[in-house]
Amino acid sequence: MNNLVILPILIPLLCAVLGLIFRGLVAQRILGVIGSVAVTIAALCLLRETQANGYVILNLGNWQAPFGIVLVADIFSAVMVCIASLMGLLAALYSLRDIDVGRQKRFYFSLFNMLLVGVNGAFLTGDLFNLYVWFEVMLMASFVLLALGGERPQLEGAFKYVVINLLSSSLFLAGAGLMYAKVGTLNMADIALKLSTEPNVFLINSTAVLFLVAFGVKAALFPFFFWLPASYHTPPAAVSAIFASLLTKVGVYALIRAFTLFFESSFIVQQNLLLWIAGFTMVTGVLGAAAHYNMRRILSFHIVSQIGYMIMGLAIFTKLSLAATLFYLVHNILAKTNLFFVSGIVQKVRGTEELKSLGGLYRAFPWLSLLFFISAFSLAGIPPLSGFWAKFALVKASLEVEFYVIAGVALLVGIFTLFSMTKIWAEAFWKKSPVAVDASSAAPEQNQLQLMYGPTIVMAVMILYLGLFGEQFFELAEHAAGQLLNPAGYIEAVLPNMLSTAQNP
Amino acid sequence: MNTLLAILIGALAAVAIYCMLRRSLMKLIIGIALLSQSVNLLVFSASGLQSNRPPIIDPAQKTLGMGAADPLPQALVLTAIVIGFGLIVFCLALIRQTYQATGHDDINALNTTDT
Repeated sequence: MNNLVILPILIPLLCAVLGLIFRGLVAQRILGVIGSVAVTIAALCLLRETQANGYVILNLGNWQAPFGIVLVADIFSAVMVCIASLMGLLAALYSLRDIDVGRQKRFYFSLFNMLLVGVNGAFLTGDLFNLYVWFEVMLMASFVLLALGGERPQLEGAFKYVVINLLSSSLFLAGAGLMYAKVGTLNMADIALKLSTEPNVFLINSTAVLFLVAFGVKAALFPFFFWLPASYHTPPAAVSAIFASLLTKVGVYALIRAFTLFFESSFIVQQNLLLWIAGFTMVTGVLGAAAHYNMRRILSFHIVSQIGYMIMGLAIFTKLSLAATLFYLVHNILAKTNLFFVSGIVQKVRGTEELKSLGGLYRAFPWLSLLFFISAFSLAGIPPLSGFWAKFALVKASLEVEFYVIAGVALLVGIFTLFSMTKIWAEAFWKKSPVAVDASSAAPEQNQLQLMYGPTIVMAVMILYLGLFGEQFFELAEHAAGQLLNPAGYIEAVLPNMLSTAQNP
Repeated sequence: MNTLLAILIGALAAVAIYCMLRRSLMKLIIGIALLSQSVNLLVFSASGLQSNRPPIIDPAQKTLGMGAADPLPQALVLTAIVIGFGLIVFCLALIRQTYQATGHDDINALNTTDT
């Protein structure tokens, strides 16, 4: 069943191309949804396969690694592909109602599918330059999705997003070229093999920092994240939600893959740097959120702050912390996307997202308030929701290795996150509405918004499930962390017999 | 030759960043184009700079002999050029849309969504 690895890339690609051929609105919608359903099923099968076999490898074109491009799925990749495909499905359903017909006619769903192609490809590839190509595919699709519709804030946000991400792509390409010049190969397993026996630390460090900056811009680390709050709140809510759930997490995935696979032998040198960056990211993100009074701008800053937690987990580099990072990734994708979905519904029913003009939502829409409550307080880390277990595991991991400062920073930032979420709750949901809400206004009725409520409810149920019954998922995360801390296993799976010949020449 | 190419890559990158920091959107695009050229040259330099044999196998041989240029970075540069070309075309379309929406190409005026 090796071909299972290519299905998460091939299915959305096929649906995107068919969407360009069949241009009717109904065809576009069907292809968008069917593609997401099919890729979710394929991703779940892939996850089961990796749990059984450890690694699922496919040599593309039957060219043997390290000369050909290889697709590798370990448990970490498979979990990321699963959650990305699931988010794609829920966002596609949400988009059916949220995105206006004009955008849908102009190939919105094809672009959506291409975004999924890029994201799944980045998660599954085992070749460094192929990773660059998938990054570019994802970036290109996100550029167009951001600017689709051509409203003025979108164009402004698109410029900031495009320029800084192009810069980071150039740095990544430079790093990949330098890596090839240094070790003579682009296959990730082969690079790991050659770098693990390399005595010249300087050779490794310069490339490591170049990758750190390139992936750091993508993942919205400090001090590279300023494009995110300037651009994520400009497109329609469904687009914001899918960006928030997927794009920065691909950067985090690339960082984890690079630092656990290539630079693992000299990680102690970069560990301090990553810890400082993580701390600053957490703090600046949450302080930025405290300064704004627009729902989506606050949530964009929180994306940055939560990325800091994940990089903290990477920097600590123990089995528990990597397992906590994976758990945090999944929890955060769910909670953040759900918060953006809720803000999209608020935009639809009240026409604004400014906290100063909102109010009385609890009285008018109690179920929506419950959905916001579950997602927001999961993000803030209130037990028994999923965010609590994720933060608890991270702080415990950092206390186990006596990194007290970063643990303190993480807890303090948790308090500030709670403050932000309570601010939104108090301003938008709890207080009375400052403007008289016309009951016969043009806002759509709740039963017209079923397609938007549906995915939101599903995600809230998943957050509750992850919080109350998350133990089996945490065990899976620990299994994945064990795989990540064992690069020899990865190398052995991709390049059989080369590991032993390299160590006994 | 290596030193000259290194200086060229650095100079191109410097000019590119300078252009990207200008106020006009068109100069921003020129800066992006120059930056992608500079990085493409960097990747190309990874193939070892020799002015002798192209990576073509002799009819009498079965493998590429010693001293021929490395073909892989050349393939990487080709891919990168094409990707860069697509991105610049998108940026041009974005500039045109912005010009139609705002009537000027001053990037300092596009600050309503700033952090």
